[in-house]
Amino acid sequence: MKKLWTFKGGVKLAGFKNLSKPSVVKSLPLPKRIILPLRQHIGEPAEPIVEVGDKVYKGQAIATSKSFISASVHASTSGTVIEIKKHNIPHQSGVSELCIVIETDGKDEWYPNIKPNHNPEDLDVDEIRARIREAGIVGLGGAVFPSAAKLKPTRQIDTLIINGVECEPYITCDDALMQSCPDEIVQGVLLLRKLLSPLECIIAIEDNKPDAIEAIKNSIKKLREQGEGRVATIKVIAVPTVFPTGGEKQLIKVLTGKEVPKNGLPYEVGIVCLNVGTTAAIRNAIYLGTPLVSRYVTVTGPLAKQPANYEVLIGTPIEDVIQAAGRVSVDNCAVIMGGPMMGQLLPDSQSPVVKATNCILLEDITPDIHTNVMPCIRCGSCASACPMNLLPQQLYWHAREKSFQKLDHYNLLDCIECGCCSVVCPSKIPLVHYFRFAKSELKEHELNTKIAEQSRVRTQVREARLERIKREQDERKAQRKADRLKKKAAKQKSVEETLVE
Amino acid sequence: MAIFIITLLALFFGIALGYFSIRFRVEGDPIVEQIDAVLPQTQCAQCGYPGCRPYAEAIAKEEAEINQCPPGGEDGIKALAELLGREIIPLNPENGSADEDGRMIAVINEETCIGCTKCVQVCPVDAIVGAAKHKHNVINEYCTGCELCIPPLCPVDDCIQMQPIELTVSTWKWTQPSPYDHGRAA
Repeated sequence: MKKLWTFKGGVKLAGFKNLSKPSVVKSLPLPKRIILPLRQHIGEPAEPIVEVGDKVYKGQAIATSKSFISASVHASTSGTVIEIKKHNIPHQSGVSELCIVIETDGKDEWYPNIKPNHNPEDLDVDEIRARIREAGIVGLGGAVFPSAAKLKPTRQIDTLIINGVECEPYITCDDALMQSCPDEIVQGVLLLRKLLSPLECIIAIEDNKPDAIEAIKNSIKKLREQGEGRVATIKVIAVPTVFPTGGEKQLIKVLTGKEVPKNGLPYEVGIVCLNVGTTAAIRNAIYLGTPLVSRYVTVTGPLAKQPANYEVLIGTPIEDVIQAAGRVSVDNCAVIMGGPMMGQLLPDSQSPVVKATNCILLEDITPDIHTNVMPCIRCGSCASACPMNLLPQQLYWHAREKSFQKLDHYNLLDCIECGCCSVVCPSKIPLVHYFRFAKSELKEHELNTKIAEQSRVRTQVREARLERIKREQDERKAQRKADRLKKKAAKQKSVEETLVE
Repeated sequence: MAIFIITLLALFFGIALGYFSIRFRVEGDPIVEQIDAVLPQTQCAQCGYPGCRPYAEAIAKEEAEINQCPPGGEDGIKALAELLGREIIPLNPENGSADEDGRMIAVINEETCIGCTKCVQVCPVDAIVGAAKHKHNVINEYCTGCELCIPPLCPVDDCIQMQPIELTVSTWKWTQPSPYDHGRAA
């Protein structure tokens, strides 16, 4: 039995996980249109490599990027590119970003170049990395960090953690994946093991998912019986159900006792952490040659008619998914992408399912967060609940005052916006909302400072230039005057000389 | 004896002070630098001075009040008051009103631009490119939104206009939750 640590804070929440019955995964009819945003990941947006009118196949790359922190976008079904323009993306702001819109042809025809790899074990590590990059795989747990960038660490990796914790209430897509495709996940872990050569591999699952734990354990047993000895190094560990154990930093603390340094990445303490969905996607990219074109999405919530897990093509309009799940209209219904704790309230349901969409939660129209807000009584519950060791109460005062220096001093940017402080606040103060607000203010303040600095330099340079031009003009003028005088003097001299002669 | 010691000390400190004033000489006026660092560097001249730096110098000399910078707005006045240990005062309406719409930049309509170079010459941060009788254009990243280039400077009516910068995921901002109502809510 491996020793487990605990992180400070966190809250125990009601799960509501049985609502979406993770043992079954349903499929959806092909949508009429597929909308693929060019930025579904952290980093630079991909650039389109197709044009309007082009015929595309399922799995064909339609946008790529040369930038290291970026990911390609692939057509998720066959059809014709009808538009490359700005379209709503699933974000609480409701802003638009450049998207490729495909009208589907109903054939769902795979790109002919995509072929299964019969000897995936023979590929060398660089080839595997290149294929993961080409497949457009990003972290499917929600952070959507391009996976290829994680898999070339500059130091020895001690622990590879596969995150199947899924700690948010309602969401069961990872649970469903672990139950339906455990072999894919275990094979993915073996591939990652080859890339990273870690000392240990851990698949971490919350102890409220006994079926998933069972499925993964059975898969490991089966592979071992088939003579695959390497699976013996994979440990399946049940972690206690406390929100937010699924947070990368919290999970690392629970499993290894290590803390990721401020502004640092897990590899700096010898750890790489990947979601189970990402691991399965990596396996499929190597074994089957298929890029990331679909994912499991939980459609659930008090207002969902048929809560369930669906395999959804990336780019399917959220509206279509909701309709397929039995609900005809989204009137009087709050559509949240993600869970109730960290999800985003979407202003409309026209936007598509993206790589980050793990859950579509249908709730009652969120009551105004300001109703019944009472003054802070300084009870300190928020500080005890904060899993990042922050002082939400202090941050709250400074956020209201927009004291940027103080906010920075109290490490506002380390806040993971998990929502624990808001949940425990007896005065119902929307603390996380304040922190999100303060973060965007801080970001804007920093941007303005940068622009001001740039303007200052440009003004100085311009003034120096104007001065130089003026000086040069003056010098030229003086020079001309001097020349004129000299000429005049010379002329006079010659006249005098002739006179003398 | 006492007189001798005092004279010696006076001499010693005099020499030391003289030496250090040369050794650690401060170039320029540090308070001007600090004020200049707080100002938004829009270079719009709404304060009545030709740019942010001259305004900073005027504040340092106590020739100008700290409430003459509309782009800096309330936050700017607060920062200046904190820096200089002065009272926070409201923005002087004679200098203009604070812009609530967020960052604006100048946009040139290439259809109507006659290539007069007036805006190119006046731009304090060299954000406009163009040559005589050729269309001009604004480099968006460099524009401070000072409005020096818009009509009446621009001789064409609908050529240069101020427009808000495009909202993206990275520039979108969360709104401030309204402060609690002290429990008096229904």
